[in-house]
Amino acid sequence: MNPVRAITGRVAILDRADVDTDQIIPKQFLKRIDRTGYGEFAFFDWRYDEHGAERPEFELNRPEFAGARVLVAGRNFGCGSSREHAAWALQDYGFDAVVAPSFGDIFRTNAGKIGLLAVELPPDEVAALMESVDLDTGSEVTVHLERLVLVAPGGREVPFEFDASTRHRLLHGLDDIALTLRHEEKIARHERAHHPHLPHPPAAEPAETR
Amino acid sequence: MAATLFEKVWARHVIHEEPGEPAVLYVDLHLVHEVTSPQAFEGLRLAGRRVRRPELTVATMDHNVPTLPGPITDELARAQLDALRSNCEEFGITLHASGSGREGIVHVIGPELGLTQPGKLIVCGDSHTSTHGAFGAIAFGIGTSEVEHVLATQTIPQQTPKTMLLELAGEPPAGLTAKDVILGAIGQVGVAGGVGHVVEYAGEAIRRFSMEERMTICNMSIEWGARAGMVEPDETTFAYLEGREHVPAGDDWERAVDDWRTLRSDPGATYDSHVVVDVRELVPQVTWGTNPGMVAPVTGSVPDPASYVDPQDRATAERALAYMDLRPGQRIEDIAIDRVFIGSCTNARLEDLRAAAAIVAGRRVDPRVKALVVPGSASVRRRAEEEGLDRVFLDAGFEWRLAGCSMCLGMNPDILEPGERCASTSNRNFEGRQGRGGRTHLVSPQMAAAAALYGHFVDVRTLDDAPVAA
Repeated sequence: MNPVRAITGRVAILDRADVDTDQIIPKQFLKRIDRTGYGEFAFFDWRYDEHGAERPEFELNRPEFAGARVLVAGRNFGCGSSREHAAWALQDYGFDAVVAPSFGDIFRTNAGKIGLLAVELPPDEVAALMESVDLDTGSEVTVHLERLVLVAPGGREVPFEFDASTRHRLLHGLDDIALTLRHEEKIARHERAHHPHLPHPPAAEPAETR
Repeated sequence: MAATLFEKVWARHVIHEEPGEPAVLYVDLHLVHEVTSPQAFEGLRLAGRRVRRPELTVATMDHNVPTLPGPITDELARAQLDALRSNCEEFGITLHASGSGREGIVHVIGPELGLTQPGKLIVCGDSHTSTHGAFGAIAFGIGTSEVEHVLATQTIPQQTPKTMLLELAGEPPAGLTAKDVILGAIGQVGVAGGVGHVVEYAGEAIRRFSMEERMTICNMSIEWGARAGMVEPDETTFAYLEGREHVPAGDDWERAVDDWRTLRSDPGATYDSHVVVDVRELVPQVTWGTNPGMVAPVTGSVPDPASYVDPQDRATAERALAYMDLRPGQRIEDIAIDRVFIGSCTNARLEDLRAAAAIVAGRRVDPRVKALVVPGSASVRRRAEEEGLDRVFLDAGFEWRLAGCSMCLGMNPDILEPGERCASTSNRNFEGRQGRGGRTHLVSPQMAAAAALYGHFVDVRTLDDAPVAA
């Protein structure tokens, strides 16, 4: 993965609470076996009506939010299904960061795995950030992972916290699996010492399973 | 030092820890299905990695399999199922494929095969993996990058979650199901009430509940944001497990049970938070909105968004009512339905089907309603047929389908049409979840069955007194 240090770009506002991953990427797009190309389906049912026409009333269809790299949303963003497709879709759509008062746990983890920054700010800071966006012309922010500050429109710096190990991995573009495999010896030791009754599903007969 | 159930099971799985880093945990069982795995296997191939412990990895086909017999007509779905088959062959993983007789919803077959056991750490690329916590396992859903990580290393890095005790106090009143208890609890704690936590469900109600009822409770942990849900194993747990295929036998069984008996929260063990829900005050529940916390007693009515203090709550409720086409103050029992879905990893086990069948026996589905029963696994389906439950449903006018996730998420052909309203035993009432424009009301199997008979919600506790449609 490419290192992620800071993101500067336009902001889009989705001032809704509990945006679930079914909305971010509806189930009809989960049948693909690729990891890319989900952006065109992001928020599909909200973006388009039943005839495929853009819904002008949907926030992300506002022209001043076009090309946004940072999404600011309401609390509990990404709740629901574990589908990593939600994080893929947001990133493929063009977002490199999502700022919200809180996130669904699995979504936050998934985002961290692919370098989509899930930045948690207190609710009043998120509200202030939404307020500071110029809805006529659009606004830019910078999310600085290295310095752990968000630079709001107008230059105000808002500090944020971010999981230290995820930050380290993203700043250096490290491969999670390779990091874990440094502990190969410990994994092997655990496997040798594991409780004898745990866990041993025998391989099922091929005739039944294939 | 006094430890909680969660802390004991967690400690058994820590391979490595250091300050500031997530713990690296060993995974005892990795369940795999077709939707969240293809990109993970592709990642392994690209990196030249193998599956470290294929024998601890078990796959099934569930999310997009059709529930009517015959070939799959959806090309994308077929390609995804084919990918799972070839990935399992390439990497040496046991696959319970459609038609094998052993397939089913991943969270239904894990327990029924005895793969799910107390003290295990279980993951799956599906948020309802929390179901398996009913056995005293730590079980949680993961994303596809994590699926790849587990395939490659048999471990998963995790930050230590917070702990919560959710005490379900009191004896459940007659006619109150596990589904009503968890929906009622979510209504009280909110859909984000459990974020960052592993919750242990305890209290008299939990002790009285069967394993299948406990699975319903743990299944919906994710619906209030919890990372996982757990229940202390007890005699009910052991009785359920004894003799199942993958459960130890003979002396090993005795040793296993001796070990499992130690998986209890010690007296004096502490939690980061403690919530009490009095189940004696609960009645059958029906969701009215677009998340599982938007729930009301069947005896109640649709709330007025104007009554919400928080502006975001108000806006969310207003949007939900617009989507659901409901009015503030509308009585829940006055909501007419078009469809009934009895199925899903929440409520498609044998006890669920028995309970629903007991309601519909000798009665007829309202002619305006299309009703579907989708057993949770091929095994549940077989056993239900041995008991004649299929006849009960068919005679009443239900369809009796093959096992799968089906209309819970509508990845297969079983979907709602735009505007259709469904009484569903599944776990999510999100917008479009069961089909674009579809409207989902989450209920217990009994409540869904009763709604099918009347064409609207009815309080199943009063069913004997109510007139039945001819």
